[in-house]
Amino acid sequence: MSEVPLLKLENIGKEYYGNRVLSNVSFSLMPGEILGLVGENGAGKSTLMNILFGMPVIASTGGYEGNVVLDGRPVRFTSPTQALAAGIGMVHQEFSLIPGFTATENILLNREVLNPSLLEYIFSHRMSTLDREAMYQRADTAIRTLGVDISPDMTVAEMPVGYKQFIEIAREIDRKQTRLLFLDEPTAVLTETEAQILLKALKKLAESGIAIVFISHRLNEVKELCDRIVVLRDGEVIQEADARTASVRDIASWMVGRAVSEAPESEPQKPRQVREETALKVEHLWVDMPGETVRDVSFEVRKGEIFGIGGLAGHGKLGIPNGVMGLYPAGGRVELFGEGIPLNRPRRALDKKMAFVSEDRRGVGLLLDERIDWNVTFTAMQVQGRFLKGIPGLFQLRDDAAMSRAAEALIKLLDIKCTGPGQHAGELSGGNQQKVCLAKAFVLQPDLLLVSEPTRGIDVGAKTLVLDALRRYNQENGTTIIITSSELEELRSVCDRIAIVGEGRIAGVLPAKRPAEDFGLLMMGHEVEVEGSGGQGSPQSSNVEATA
Amino acid sequence: MNKTGKSFWALLADNAVPIVFIVISAIAIPLSGFSASYLVQELLVRIGRNSFLILSLLIPIMAGMGLNFGMVLGAMAGQIGLIMVSDWAIVGIPGMVLAMMVGTPIAAVLGVFCGSVLNRAKGQEMVTGYILGFFINGVYQLVVLYLMGWVIPVTNPVLLLSRGYGIRNAVSLIGIRGVLDNLIPVSFPFMGGVVRIPLATLLVIAAFCFFIVWFRRTKLGQDMRAIGQSQPVSDSAGIAVNKTRIIAIVISTVLACYGQIIYLQNMGTLNTYNSHDQAGMFSIAALLIGGASVSRASIANVFVGVILFHLMFIVAPMAGKNLIGQAQIGEYFRVFVSYGIIAIALVLHAWKRNRDREAARRSLRGPAGSPAKEAA
Repeated sequence: MSEVPLLKLENIGKEYYGNRVLSNVSFSLMPGEILGLVGENGAGKSTLMNILFGMPVIASTGGYEGNVVLDGRPVRFTSPTQALAAGIGMVHQEFSLIPGFTATENILLNREVLNPSLLEYIFSHRMSTLDREAMYQRADTAIRTLGVDISPDMTVAEMPVGYKQFIEIAREIDRKQTRLLFLDEPTAVLTETEAQILLKALKKLAESGIAIVFISHRLNEVKELCDRIVVLRDGEVIQEADARTASVRDIASWMVGRAVSEAPESEPQKPRQVREETALKVEHLWVDMPGETVRDVSFEVRKGEIFGIGGLAGHGKLGIPNGVMGLYPAGGRVELFGEGIPLNRPRRALDKKMAFVSEDRRGVGLLLDERIDWNVTFTAMQVQGRFLKGIPGLFQLRDDAAMSRAAEALIKLLDIKCTGPGQHAGELSGGNQQKVCLAKAFVLQPDLLLVSEPTRGIDVGAKTLVLDALRRYNQENGTTIIITSSELEELRSVCDRIAIVGEGRIAGVLPAKRPAEDFGLLMMGHEVEVEGSGGQGSPQSSNVEATA
Repeated sequence: MNKTGKSFWALLADNAVPIVFIVISAIAIPLSGFSASYLVQELLVRIGRNSFLILSLLIPIMAGMGLNFGMVLGAMAGQIGLIMVSDWAIVGIPGMVLAMMVGTPIAAVLGVFCGSVLNRAKGQEMVTGYILGFFINGVYQLVVLYLMGWVIPVTNPVLLLSRGYGIRNAVSLIGIRGVLDNLIPVSFPFMGGVVRIPLATLLVIAAFCFFIVWFRRTKLGQDMRAIGQSQPVSDSAGIAVNKTRIIAIVISTVLACYGQIIYLQNMGTLNTYNSHDQAGMFSIAALLIGGASVSRASIANVFVGVILFHLMFIVAPMAGKNLIGQAQIGEYFRVFVSYGIIAIALVLHAWKRNRDREAARRSLRGPAGSPAKEAA
């Protein structure tokens, strides 16, 4: 092994619009070494990748701080082409393959072997025909290097998902100059056996001198494959550890960390009433929400409970409330107080006194060009026929006075900063828009309130207010609330129980008081013992009355 | 068993349009009472007349740009070439070649223009190309109606309007009429009649087909196929997406220019202000009738389309006359069918894309959802 590290990062930092996402990231990588890079969503992994790969988004948002040193020489890529030329290969999470092309055509995309021809001199090399035979040979070699058996003539569209991942990697290793390979969650879509084959292939590659950076949420695999592990949290390197000595539990706690003491001390002021009665029962739910596919989810929520749904982005947690409310194609069985709720019919869900605060505030949540009072009362008017005057069924008019009154009461209750009920929703800040969304749901007087990502994109002060409002509403009205959020700490501070979703399924349901690392382990796809009884997702697994 | 049944229906659905036309023709041919030799003769003439224009549509489809409604631009360039050649009184094959030489740079420039516009309207190529056709038609009229004979030297009084500038509504192409069709005179007796074959024209078309087959095997052709399937992937692989798309449109426009010259060489008269109008519409309709779609088209689709589309046009008026005493039904069918078939093709395309998207979503969800779905 040479003395000069292949890649060295020195104090890398990055800010997006005043929002710091990376600070002081330093580590180095030797040729042939495999480095595991782990961290929660938003820890800064993707930004780091973008910097190393010279993605234009970095330069267009003001560049980055610190130095990237390749082979002892500082480099600063401004386009992915430069990074490729320098020998950096990247395999992305989403496939960049052409479905109608064969494995060969994809592996050699834009690097095709050409037959020499006269036209090449007259026009350009693009007028030469392809040498299919030689292309087949090269693709075959690249695939064999990985130790898998895939026909180079197979069309990508016909391949199982696992194969596609191999084709992506084969494309990178066919590039002769590739010395450093980034793999962003390559095993996420693979079955266990496929993942094993992939890990073996990667080890083989590393032996041939290619350095690998392996990003994954599956800690077992990281531990098995990597030499060293770097843990990122909130844009900083929290820990650099030897993969052989660090335990999976250690890594998980480094990742979610944030010390348990930081959890807000806001105990509910008076004892809450959580009944044994089941409010919502979900059985074998699947939802086709793009990017948040729910595969098979079952859980129960008790009346009066605040139930949290957490998990990593893209694993389907947002699909659950959207599917229950009928906003995306869904199937399975959903019952509210024993009554079946027809899926794919948002109106029927609303009729059953369910209300939804969407994560897509500006798209689904609000009519941005309308007044606050209209926004707040709009759904109630449509669904419950309130805020109307006149003769029902014959002719009805908007009851502007009642609308304003309702809006004013809620503006006061939620402390919405605005000029009055007449202000347009689009003019409000993110936090206040979120409060208007909550107000709109409160007006419906729901039996079940689903709230998606209530604190996404709003500042810290507003976060506390929004969470307090939810907690108070639950306390005063006994409304069952389901909160979906990427922020585990936030869920732990308001919820009674939290379900962690992984790969479209419930990984486990735990009481909120359990230590953060237990949730971290669940997110990473590890089993965690559920206290009380063993059944995952069973409602009697926790004791929530004792929160006083 | 079940599987073969499914694939049979899928095959039927995929080829629904050609099948409908085969059925219509099968009913209309005996009703029309035309002789076999007459039908074969007419079909040969029309294959020679139209195939080149339709073939020029293939390359943009390969590059994922849909049906190139902008081919009208090439047709206009070809007509300008023909007007100039008529003015210079150059006849025969040299006249045709010269018209192509005049038309080529105009078509190329228009193609670059059209391609650049389409690059700014990605995903809306067809409607943009269609409207662009109307826009360039205005420019064409300005040039032909006002500038020719005034700024552009055209002196032949037969061509010019009596006011001294501008081209007449009809230009006789007597000098090049049928020169290519009759270059190699071949005829043979067929079922009681004599059928003449436009051999030279068919040879040119065959050469064009070989060009397309060869083109698909070049690096440029491969790049176009890649872009046609996924622009982001091609872009990240370093293929110059926009430039390649412009090249595809330029090739198509230049070839449409040649196609229009071949078409008019057969017709023998140029309707200065109308001939190009429906070149695009009828070519696209014929291609779609041949079983092509917005995203897939082959050489076979071109010839199946030409034969079916024109067979119907030949027999429908006579069949209509014999059936209900009105020949206009043929003309009615011509327009109705052309627009109808394009509408159907676009709807089918959208429907298939939705279906594929749903299938992709389902495959993402995995097997877990299926039993739950059945239970629900």
